[in-house]
Amino acid sequence: MSQKRHPRESYQNIAHAHTNSIKFVAFYQLECMTSYLDFEKPIADFEAKLAEMKQIASEKKVDLKDAIGKFEEQLKELKKETYGNLTRWQRVQLSRHPDRPYSLDYIKGICEEFIELHGDRTVRDDKAMIGGFGRIGTQTLLFVGQQKGRNTKQRQMRNFGMANPEGYRKALRLMKLAEKFNKPIVTLIDTPGAFPGIEAEQRGQGEAIAHNLREMFMLKVPIICIIIGEGASGGALGIAIGDRVLMLENTWYSVISPESCSSILWRSWEYKEQAAEALCLTAEDMKKNKLIDGIIKEPLGGAHTQAEKMYDVVKKAILDQLKKLDKLEVEERIAQRIDKFCKMGVYNEKD
Amino acid sequence: MSWFKRTEKNIQTPTDKKRETPEHLWHKCSSCKRVMLTRELQNNYYTCLYCNHHERINSAEYFAILFDKNQFTEMDTKLTSADPLHFEDTKTYPARVKVAQQKTGLKDAVRTAYGKMNGEELVIACMDFQFIGGSMGSVVGEKIARAIDKALNLKIPFLMISRSGGARMMEAGFSLMQMAKTSAKLALLDKAGIPYISLLTDPTTGGVTASFAMLGDFNIAEPGALIGFAGPRVIRETIGRDLPEGFQTAEFVLENGFLDFIVHRKDLKDELTSLLSMLKDPTAEKS
Ligand SMILES: [Zn+2]
Repeated sequence: MSQKRHPRESYQNIAHAHTNSIKFVAFYQLECMTSYLDFEKPIADFEAKLAEMKQIASEKKVDLKDAIGKFEEQLKELKKETYGNLTRWQRVQLSRHPDRPYSLDYIKGICEEFIELHGDRTVRDDKAMIGGFGRIGTQTLLFVGQQKGRNTKQRQMRNFGMANPEGYRKALRLMKLAEKFNKPIVTLIDTPGAFPGIEAEQRGQGEAIAHNLREMFMLKVPIICIIIGEGASGGALGIAIGDRVLMLENTWYSVISPESCSSILWRSWEYKEQAAEALCLTAEDMKKNKLIDGIIKEPLGGAHTQAEKMYDVVKKAILDQLKKLDKLEVEERIAQRIDKFCKMGVYNEKD
Repeated sequence: MSWFKRTEKNIQTPTDKKRETPEHLWHKCSSCKRVMLTRELQNNYYTCLYCNHHERINSAEYFAILFDKNQFTEMDTKLTSADPLHFEDTKTYPARVKVAQQKTGLKDAVRTAYGKMNGEELVIACMDFQFIGGSMGSVVGEKIARAIDKALNLKIPFLMISRSGGARMMEAGFSLMQMAKTSAKLALLDKAGIPYISLLTDPTTGGVTASFAMLGDFNIAEPGALIGFAGPRVIRETIGRDLPEGFQTAEFVLENGFLDFIVHRKDLKDELTSLLSMLKDPTAEKS
């Protein structure tokens, strides 16, 4: 499992392979300066030109309505073409878009009321994993999710959405509370992985995740899991055992990030695009392979382009699924949950 | 200095000779580098006569050590890997599997069986590290799941012997979900009150640690085994400094509270038997 790394590799590669946290910060700062991804450059240019035309029209009081209208049509077509033909790697990029809504954004966008709850009652409060009770109309739900930060300070506080063992234990503590008070659970998954650190190992990162997997299968209340950004490996799965597992359209979910996969199998960071293709990590792939239950459509251009609309769509998806899950008896729901995961896997069995 | 040199050479001669002898006769400890007869090593449960180092062994050796008279019924021997994602990196996945099968004579990275240990029935699933690093794909997950089903049906204890680098990347999402599948089955075993012992051996990392390996009613390990979630290299790169001495050894994991005990391989069978016998209901009728 050895690998060679070129010293001048971009921070981006290093960041998503869980490397040096100082370099992490540098990467996210860089990324923060622009809200467009590389493949969005033609769209960015178009939008800049459009803005310029609109400014001229208003300043010089000239009528450019027709020209602007035509331009807007063209932009719409360009967007349709760009976002309608995304490669797997481009979806990975979109899932990490710096403007993308994070767990708390969804919760606040969905709920009329939310009370955040803290701590695992053993070690500390892990700020990479958030949770609490929220209310939609008369329905109370428990939310847990990994939380990323939006500026440098927040990112460090949130540890880039990489939870420690106490984060997984906090999540389970809250889920058990939900079970006690008979409230359904919604988990929001957005993590580049569980944190790989000395203290994380001392406090049993593996045990914490494993424990969640086993316990979540037996929870008596409905569980809906939604991948809202990155779904990396065991760190994602640790809160993703549910009656329904849904992925937003521009997210990824797999056993490893494309960068790390590239470094291990190709022994270089250069093959992340190929690795993304090989891993079949998009919502569409995962649905096709029956590893998730459904896909939630995003607005053209991604969740961040029309966040409010996205919250409504997610809210509707949660309530729709809940209605179906509520109809099942507890034992039946648990049995179906177990059965679904036990069917996953493809192998040959012949004489 | 020619005189001195010659003497030195004379002293070294026997060792040189040993190094040249056929591999099957002599064994050099991979830890202390001392040399012993392979037969002696085997009689000592594949642990070093001098430093107690536990050499990595495979399912065949564990079955021979644990099942009475090496008698057992192996299950699901026909399961082999498919290639659902048509995965290809520098090689195709089926090519990698084929090479591993030819090299090891195994079908995949786990073997499952049931039989008697000191007269008491149990199911054992044992991973084979030599098969693509003991990585967990659909075959490994399914065979472990069925082994747990067997323990559930026969109401007999389940022993899992882990030795794995974690997930099998070439099965991507399918591989990840084997963590869920095995944990689901263990939840059922737990509910049924059937004992589950997880033995962690060198190395046990990644998705295996983050699922069945850490879910034992009893988590036990062999001395010196590397046990962790993230691999040492990844952690070193993340935190940007060297790791403390003894980090992620079985002793470290025991000290931090995630193992019940560490057991020398020569005591394994009897320790397991004692432990399981203490859990038995003395009022239950003997069949
Ligand atoms: Zn030795």
